[in-house]
Order: sequence, then structure tokens, then C-alpha cells
Amino acid sequence: MRLRASRVALLVAAVAVIAFPFTDSAFYTELLAKAMILAIFALSLDLLVGYTGLVSFGHAAYFGIGAYATVLLAPKYDPASLWLVLPGAVVAAGLAALVIGLFVLRTRGIYFIMVTLAFAQMVFYVFHDTGLGGGSDGIYLNFKPSAAIGSLQPFDLGEARQQCWFVAALLFLTWWFLARLLESPFGRAIVGIRSNEQRMRALGFATVRYKLAAFAIAGALAGLAGSLYAILFGFVTPELLSWHQSGNVLLMVILGGIGSLAGSVGGAFAFVAMQEVFSGWTKHWQLLMGGVIVAAVLFLPGGLAALPGRVRRAFGAGGG
Amino acid sequence: MDLPTFLIQLLNAVQYGLLLFLVASGLTLIFGIMGVINLAHGAFYMVGAYLAFALTGLTGNLLFAILLGIPLAFAFGALLEWLLYAHLYKRDHLEQVLLTYGLILIFEEGRSLLFGDDVHGVDVPALFAASIPLTDTLSYPVYRLVISAACIALAAGLFLLIRRTKLGMVIRAGSHDRDMVQALGIDIDRTYRIVFALGVALAAFGGMLAAPVSSVYPGMGNQVLIISFVVVVIGGIGSVTGALVASLVIGLADTFGKVLVPEYAGLAVYLVMAAVLLWRPEGIFRRG
Repeated sequence: MRLRASRVALLVAAVAVIAFPFTDSAFYTELLAKAMILAIFALSLDLLVGYTGLVSFGHAAYFGIGAYATVLLAPKYDPASLWLVLPGAVVAAGLAALVIGLFVLRTRGIYFIMVTLAFAQMVFYVFHDTGLGGGSDGIYLNFKPSAAIGSLQPFDLGEARQQCWFVAALLFLTWWFLARLLESPFGRAIVGIRSNEQRMRALGFATVRYKLAAFAIAGALAGLAGSLYAILFGFVTPELLSWHQSGNVLLMVILGGIGSLAGSVGGAFAFVAMQEVFSGWTKHWQLLMGGVIVAAVLFLPGGLAALPGRVRRAFGAGGG
Repeated sequence: MDLPTFLIQLLNAVQYGLLLFLVASGLTLIFGIMGVINLAHGAFYMVGAYLAFALTGLTGNLLFAILLGIPLAFAFGALLEWLLYAHLYKRDHLEQVLLTYGLILIFEEGRSLLFGDDVHGVDVPALFAASIPLTDTLSYPVYRLVISAACIALAAGLFLLIRRTKLGMVIRAGSHDRDMVQALGIDIDRTYRIVFALGVALAAFGGMLAAPVSSVYPGMGNQVLIISFVVVVIGGIGSVTGALVASLVIGLADTFGKVLVPEYAGLAVYLVMAAVLLWRPEGIFRRG
């Protein structure tokens, strides 16, 4: 019963996403694309936080590396090939996560939170202080990457609708990939590590290698989101790697409910919606956002994903 | 680098390191004793700096501002602990991160509402406004020496408090086994409140002292927070001695990094941290 309801909800959401760009509102089409990109970003973090039990507070680093790699790999005066910059960004972010993971995975608990934040800040300073990516001013992506394969042009990212669908397709792929990954022996192993690492080690699993692999995969997927973000907005700044970005994505994951793929996507959409509504009311919208966060921790443990269960329980209790 | 320049940089490094210690010691105590990761700790440093700015405007002198500001900060800390942090002790780190992250947003926007987004200056108290001449062209401001002296005095006081007093004994015992301390009839909730308020007061005091040197600006708390994290990671969670040593190491790395390799100065601190992680992932002074 419940499964069917969630499938219907998914179908409705998919139809809405495909149909929405036909409304011809450029602003909302871009906003939808942004929300879906952040959903990919949130999904990648949920693999770490929700399934591997690693609370990373520096996930924006890989998002930012993906965004910068996209711009830096693109030629200055010609459109880049999408099939070069997108995988390039994913590989760059994944490799960075692999190297940083070697350091941060030596720690656990509170240390892990602080060390991931510190390394993200280090990456932030690389882009902020050195001339690598235009320093603190950021750098432009002058042309939308071209999707052409030889003379074949399957779609055009310069067209807002097609761009939005392309992002939707990648969100779906990411979701599907993670769902499959979590069903695989690898996925079972990392979930086992989250619940009891000691036992998994005793069973003969090289837990650090599993955690490192999860960290690198999460970094690569965050890089995918960052690359799409750079393509969508055509502009990257060090702000993309700032710790606010890391905090926001963590917020999306927790808001949606950790350890739930649908929750992460929902959390990202809820975040973008809140940001839009609050910033429409006042320029001090962060005050409201902060208030929501504090209230959510105090009064909504388990996030949005736990809400249906809570409501059902409340009604069940009410109905006898 | 000639000798006077080296000396000046050395003094600057020590002064910066000691200021960091004020923030990092509170952070490490709150981690070590209550097990709470407090992202908002940098915000308390910012609150201190803005308190110094507002109260100096009111009283005309930074020294009065500090005398008024410390009890205010302590009371503010106790209030926050009672209102919010007390609910966090039994929650997991994730929820602690989230709630204190929300607090940062609230503090930053509150600051923006009350004081705007401009950079403000605070005057050095007239008593310490002089400079000590070192050579014909170089001199060293007395106020910076005063900062170092005040921090050293506070550090000594903190060590005495933890090692030699009854409260310190309860604090040390509480960090090992909260339930046992409680079973012995000690009001551990009250102790936690005092420790938290003490941490807030220390960070705010750091902000007040730094206000004339660094001026008062948006986002100043976050910068200090992240460097303080590095300090705590290097020193080892819960170790005040570790925080002191690590603060000085970071002060030296940052200051001389800026002098020797200006373009990569932002990285120096993190490279030190990476090296320590390879060597001792639990920090230099972590017990057990």
C-alpha cells in the first residue's frame, strides 16, 4: 500500500518536472533546474551521512571543484564539449575526494566533522587566494558546452527547456545509481559499517577502504552537481566552496531525513523553496532560515521523511 | 628578514596564537566535557567584538566596555545553555551541527540588523596607546603586548581553575563519567551551565581584546571558528594544554606563512593540520 503510494507520488513528480518547462516561465524553469542540481548534491552527501555514517561538513569542496573544473577545462573562445567537461569535472572532484579522504578518514566522530570542514576551507583558499580560478572574483564560463557528437546534435543546452530536462535526466540517473549501489554488496557493507564498524572489521571487511570508496563516489557525484551548476549559471566563485554551502547541503539532507534518497531530493526542493519565499519577504532571510533550522532540530527529529509516519501515528492514535 | 622585523613578527604570532587560545580553549572544553560540537562558538567571538564596539561608544573607553561586557557575555552564555544547548547533550553530533549552524545564521543576521554590514573601528584605550620604538623606523604598539599579557594571565587562571579548585575537580570528573558524578550528588547541570558560560565569556573576551587591532566586521567569527577547529584537532579534544600549544603553533604558521609565502598563506595552517593528522590523528595531547 505504502509502496504504491510512493510510486504514484514519484510518477506525479516526474510528470510535473517534464511538463513544467512548458509553462514558459524562464525564471521558474531555471529555479527548477537549480533545485534538481542541489538535489543531486544532497543525494551525494546522503550516501556519506545517511548510509555510511560519515558526517562530512566539507562537501561543498567537491561541488566547487566540479564547478571550477568545468570552467577551467573549457576553451576560452569556443564552446567546450559537454562530453569532455562533465566527466572531467566528475573525475577531478572524485580524485580530490580520494586524496582528502586518505587524511580525513584517519579520524572519526567530532574530529571527522572538523577535519572535513578544515580541508574544505583549505580548498576554498586555493581558489580564493591563488590565480588558478580568477581569485576571489571568480571566473566565467563564456559558452554553454555543446552536446554535439561529431555532426550529431542530440540536444542544445542553450535552450532553457532542454537544459532543464538534461538536469532532470541526470538527477534520475544519480538516484537510480545510488539506489542500485545501496542494494549491491558494497551498499550493504557501508550500511553495516554505519551501524557497527567494529563488527564489520571482525567479519573481515577492510572498512577504511569501503569508507574511502564511499567518500570518493560521494565527491564525484557532488562534482557532477557542481559541473551542472557551472553550466546552468555560467559563472563560478569561491563562494561555491564556502562552508555555508557545506552547511546548506547538510541542512537539505537532514531536513529531508537522513538515509532516505527521496528525503534528500525533497529536502533540496524544500530548501530552495524556503530560500525563495524568505528572500522574497526580507533581505534578512537568513534569520528566518536559522529559526527554521533551530526549530527543526528541536521539534522535528527525523526530518520531513519521518513526517508521514508521525502523522499516521498521530491519526492512528486519534482514531483508536 | 632582519632581527627587528623577525622580532615584531614573532610577537605578532604569539599575540595571535594567544587570542586563538581564548576561543579554542572554550571550544575544546565544551567538546571535551559536554560532548557538544559548537559551530556557533565563533559567533561568540563576534558578539564580543560588537559588544566592545557598542559599549565603547556608550562608555567612551574600551576598558569599561570590557568590564561591562564580560559579565554580559557570561550571562548570555548561561541563558543560551539553558534555552538551547541543554537539549543537545543527548542528541547526536549531526543535530548539534545543524542547530548550532542555524544559530550562526541567526547571529550573523542579527548583527546585520543591529549594526549593518560596515566595518567599524574601536579605539585603543588611551592608557595603552603608546608604541615602543625598536629602530629608527620600526616600533611596536604597547596594546598588542597588553593583549598577550591579558591572555597569558587568563590562561594561567584557567589552568588553576581546572587543576586546583573544587569546580575544576567536578569538571574533570564530569568529562569522564557524567552519570557517576551525578550519582555522587553533584549538580552536574549547574556545572555544565557554568562551563558553557565560561567558554562564551572567554570567546567574547577574545573578540573584545581583538576589536581595536582587527576592527569589527561581518563574518569575523567564522574565520576564527574554523582556525579554532584546526587548533582543537591539533591539540586534541578536551585538552586545554593541547589548545595552548596548538594555538601558538598555528599563530606562528599563519604569521610567518604570510611573511614568507604571502600567496599561499591561507594554506599554511591547513598543511600543519594535515601533517599532524598523519602523525597523530587523535591530536598531540589526547589522553588514552
